[in-house]
Amino acid sequence: MTKSMKMENFLTKLLFYAGNIIIGIIFVSPLIWMISASLKPEAQIFANMNSISTFIPVQASLNNFKEVFSRLDMLQVFKNTFVYIALILVLDLLLNSICGYALAKFDFKGKGMMLNFIVALMVMPMEAIMLPLYIEMSQLGWVNTLAALVIPFVAKCFSIYMFRQFFCDIPDELLEAAALDGASPVRTFFTVVMPISKTVYATVFILDFVAHWNDFMWPFLVMTGEGKRTIQLAIQVFFGTQPIHYSAIMAALVVSAIPMLIMFIFMQKYYIEGIASSGIKG
Amino acid sequence: MSKTSSLSGRKRNERVAAYIFTVPAMFLLFAFLVVPILYTVYYSLFQYQIVRPDNITFIGFKNYLKLFTDDDFWLALRNTVYFTVFVVPFQCILALALAMLVSSKFRGVAIFRTMYFSPQLTSMVVISILWTVLYNSNPNTGLINSLLTSLGMEPINFLTNSKTAMNSIIFMSGWQGAGYQMMIFLAGLQGIPRDQYEAASVDGASKVQQFLYITLPGLKGTIKYVVMITMIQAMKLFTQPYVMTQGGPKNSTKTLVYYIYTQGFQQGNFGYACAVAAVFFVIVVIMSLSMKKLIAETN
Repeated sequence: MTKSMKMENFLTKLLFYAGNIIIGIIFVSPLIWMISASLKPEAQIFANMNSISTFIPVQASLNNFKEVFSRLDMLQVFKNTFVYIALILVLDLLLNSICGYALAKFDFKGKGMMLNFIVALMVMPMEAIMLPLYIEMSQLGWVNTLAALVIPFVAKCFSIYMFRQFFCDIPDELLEAAALDGASPVRTFFTVVMPISKTVYATVFILDFVAHWNDFMWPFLVMTGEGKRTIQLAIQVFFGTQPIHYSAIMAALVVSAIPMLIMFIFMQKYYIEGIASSGIKG
Repeated sequence: MSKTSSLSGRKRNERVAAYIFTVPAMFLLFAFLVVPILYTVYYSLFQYQIVRPDNITFIGFKNYLKLFTDDDFWLALRNTVYFTVFVVPFQCILALALAMLVSSKFRGVAIFRTMYFSPQLTSMVVISILWTVLYNSNPNTGLINSLLTSLGMEPINFLTNSKTAMNSIIFMSGWQGAGYQMMIFLAGLQGIPRDQYEAASVDGASKVQQFLYITLPGLKGTIKYVVMITMIQAMKLFTQPYVMTQGGPKNSTKTLVYYIYTQGFQQGNFGYACAVAAVFFVIVVIMSLSMKKLIAETN
């Protein structure tokens, strides 16, 4: 390699890093500002807007978080959110995986039709059906109850599809061996297939956890009672509640992001894989 | 003999198991997805005020005819299309650029990937509240305007001017969403064989040429998929205008979903709102079907 080529390589590398650092800083600066503001006293937030110190938490304390927890029943909100998501996820992972498995490995009448039906409904936007779905909830007497949050969203075409794709790759020999040992198809699924399919369960789990944790529209329509709010609703209401303390609002935003952050740290691999694989399979 | 009977027995077991396994999910999909779809169409043919559920009159296609002369509907449709037409290229190109920046292995790449993905770790509600504060038109309280004024520019009324409100939402949404699409592009980039780049580099192709003649064609399928999901996502715009501008100023950020919500839930014109929802549904289905066809053609 000649000297000038080495120089050129070095310059490209330098440019690459510089570009990444500049764009990276621009990308995270709103979030850094949010975190910094959540730690500052109200009077300090807008004190030095045109200097870099606006990103630095001066006089940092957790007082804003105390305010959030005293004005907003955060524990109740977290409980509401976690209970509803846990119920959805348990049923989601169970019912959609067995359905996906049947569509992958069993022969039965109507299978092709079911598969077409699921693929066709995958793009169905919830927003297009929210009006009659709401009426259905109110006719069932489910408005403002857990049932309205959970039951309509247990079965998910996309989850069924993801499970099916995964189970299709399980070798038939394995299932036949279990059948020769006298295990019924149902038993084979629970004792042989499920234990070797942790990755797909983890992927569906994290994708659906994120979707429900972030969901605003449906809880906003069916959970109008004050003590029933989920996290996104609670912070949206808090944003418009007097007295408006921006420091406390920023603290509420940070609190609402913590569970997601923890989930991301532990399940990053499955989350990223889930996003990426959806693209490859198309 | 016993073998065949056990085989047919197994087949029968399998059929029974198949129904046990599929019926719960299928029942739920039917009850809470198919039934509401049918009811959207059904109610759209009725005059149905939510406050008077007993007074429901069949009016045929009158709700649909009313759409043609409803300026608010056309405005909502126009705003939704405007958002989609601008946010999709912005977000997808940004995502591709970010993916190119972090596709090669170098020290610290994981940190940069996480940085670009980090807006995804907060919800759209959080992002909308945060940016409402950042977009404040007063340079003493709005971070972005304080930056603009310190650069010697005039402050912009991002969310309070009907000319800039939607653009501000577009910019924010692109920033929030690009990290997600970046991850899909990164997976797509892995599918392009490395030796293609090596061969091109030996032939003296520049980085730009390599991008144009190897990367872009190699990503064709991924690009189409990413465009499709971004488009469908964009058509559903609701949370950002609801939290940031309440559809204003001067209805410049009222979208189709917003309109369905106000007509159905706030004004109680249920039948009419269902007609809007049905139109919305048809638009999304046509869009995704045509994109699916395009994707199938590449594969």
